[in-house]
Amino acid sequence: MSTPTDERPNPEDLLRRVQAGERRQRRGRLKVFLGYASRVGKSFRMFDEGRRRKRRGQDVVVGAVQDDVTEDIAQILAELEVIPCIIEQHAGKRYFVVDLAALFRRHPGVCLIDGLAYDNPPGSRNPQRWQDVEELLDRGIGVITAVNVQHIREKQDEVERITGKRSAYSVPEAFLAEADEIEVVDAPPETLVGRGAEASQAGAHKLAELRELALLMAADVVDRQLQDYLDDHGIAARWGTQERILVCLTPRSSAAQMLRSGHRNALRFHGALLVAYVEQTDLRQEDRARLNSHLALARELGAEVHCLKGEDFVASILSFAHEQRITQLFLGHSLREQHSWFARGPVDRIIDAAENFDVRLFPHPEGE
Amino acid sequence: MSEKRRGRLKVYLGYAAGVGKTYRMLEEAQVLRAQGVDIVIGYFEPHGRQETIAKTEGLETVPRRTLEYAGTKFEEMDTEAILRRKPAVAVVDEFAHTNVPGCAHTKRWQDVELLLDAGIDVLATMNVQHLESLNDQVYQVTGVRVRETLPDWVLDEADEVVLVDLTPRALRHRLERGVVYAHEKAKRAMENFFTEANLTALREMAMRHTAHEVEEKLAPADSTQGEHAGDLPRGERILICLTGRPSAAMLIRRGKRVADYLQADCLAIHVATEGRDREAVERHMSFARNLRIETHMVDSHDPARAIADFARAHQVTQIFMGRSQPLPWWKLGFETLVQSVVRRARDMQVTIVAERR
Repeated sequence: MSTPTDERPNPEDLLRRVQAGERRQRRGRLKVFLGYASRVGKSFRMFDEGRRRKRRGQDVVVGAVQDDVTEDIAQILAELEVIPCIIEQHAGKRYFVVDLAALFRRHPGVCLIDGLAYDNPPGSRNPQRWQDVEELLDRGIGVITAVNVQHIREKQDEVERITGKRSAYSVPEAFLAEADEIEVVDAPPETLVGRGAEASQAGAHKLAELRELALLMAADVVDRQLQDYLDDHGIAARWGTQERILVCLTPRSSAAQMLRSGHRNALRFHGALLVAYVEQTDLRQEDRARLNSHLALARELGAEVHCLKGEDFVASILSFAHEQRITQLFLGHSLREQHSWFARGPVDRIIDAAENFDVRLFPHPEGE
Repeated sequence: MSEKRRGRLKVYLGYAAGVGKTYRMLEEAQVLRAQGVDIVIGYFEPHGRQETIAKTEGLETVPRRTLEYAGTKFEEMDTEAILRRKPAVAVVDEFAHTNVPGCAHTKRWQDVELLLDAGIDVLATMNVQHLESLNDQVYQVTGVRVRETLPDWVLDEADEVVLVDLTPRALRHRLERGVVYAHEKAKRAMENFFTEANLTALREMAMRHTAHEVEEKLAPADSTQGEHAGDLPRGERILICLTGRPSAAMLIRRGKRVADYLQADCLAIHVATEGRDREAVERHMSFARNLRIETHMVDSHDPARAIADFARAHQVTQIFMGRSQPLPWWKLGFETLVQSVVRRARDMQVTIVAERR
């Protein structure tokens, strides 16, 4: 469950949120349909939504259509007002450019833009179509658009690993993250495999990987939306829907094992890996060196490394885990430390106080 | 008998009532019918939604059976009648439904297993919050304890899982327009379960879980690449230590969920000391078996030693336990169960599962 927070957010954060809120009020709403391959039906879903909105009385205009329109989309388009793209020839290539001037004059409530990732020809007002969309939004025009995960700039390496191909067009992930709404158009690859092009086992496998990529990306966007919503409403959530693993390091812990295990867990859960250590000034030379090598490994594994300050190791770790919505906390323990049962050791104190996260104990090898 | 093909299962997964699962399923049913496939509706819950009802037009429906329980009449899917009718494909709404007492099975998914065994393909719908492994997380997020649950392996065994996505904003608009529930009920729903935060969180879970299902189904081909496997060797085994305490259910769900994600084997053990809590323990053991966890019962007066010995004999890599209850003051110098397991298990990792509130 969540509880309202008494803590005041820091001023910069507050300013950023207020400004974002103001911008959002002036700006048109952006809705993105995200797919993982062509032919999953993104365009259909987008135009279908346009049609439904028009039937409900909204002022809907089509600003860009892909050139090979299917029969069912053609039927929808017949019901909608279309402002056709301008066709430009450049170096033997045909470009379809969104007619911004006409759209600004017409100023509809909602504009449908298919093929978000397209490039404009050299010398255009904007090099890429998503930038045209930004302009529409800035002028208070709502936009509904559709894009494939292959075209997300930050995902292109991964897409290339899967498909061996790299798309020539791209849209920055931040554009999607800023969208008011994102909707996944999901369909099992089999529906697509039957339709020709990729009709093979390998093809099905690639599509499944792309599908997973699109779903996880959407989940990340939604996660950020959730955090923003909770922040905006002053709700301090003690939970997350994502696994977040915190590895607590000390110079003497069996760090390599903990870090590798944490890394593997984070990968399997598609979660986050964090590493924390508590700053100690009186560290011996060899311990300092050992800690540094642990931290280097942590960074190599892509962990987010945090240095905690505070007198009390246990209190620092607990409050950090709480604030970061940790779901699993990895802790090393040495068997030798556990002889005094009257004074509860740090490990016991953490276990006693752990709420909403699991504590996983890693034994130190003897002698370390 | 053995040559008979098992039916294929396709599940439309959503995150709340009204996202359009049934609609999408019926849309597919209509496509199949148009292709000449012998398809029937095995169970359909109209909820008075006109657009959805319109999608059933022209589809044959196998009538429900009526049962009386505690003086009230209930309607359930007529599994026997569907088996007799033997279509190529059956449409089954509300996959996670619990049948009224008096049915052959307690759960609808068990009826669906029968259809699949008979070689009938099934299209089904469910929400992510009905998954057993997410029960505690859903409770944490929404404050609602979902009672109708479905073991994860049932969904894991589906041939296809399709996410039916809709933005929370669009869903709330549907509620406002009275598309999902009657107005009074819709208003209450929006104030309670259907808040923007709840819906957003559930939606994220649905996305992550669908991604997980996609990855599970990819697994065989993936193992040759080892790309996702990380650096540790495979063959992790997780042992869950069961007690009769109520929190055991949560411990089981959590341990199983971690095991599933790590593709680890999952075992459960209960050490019977003086035959305490027998009934509760037996209930938890059967719950664990339902989730396909191998359960063991061991008699011993030294639980920590029994657990450690068992774990060692079974090549366990990780032990899952609940937090030990605080010791009374006169035992302050003694070890808790967790402490002694940690001491004895030596080379194994021990995970202490916290209660989620």
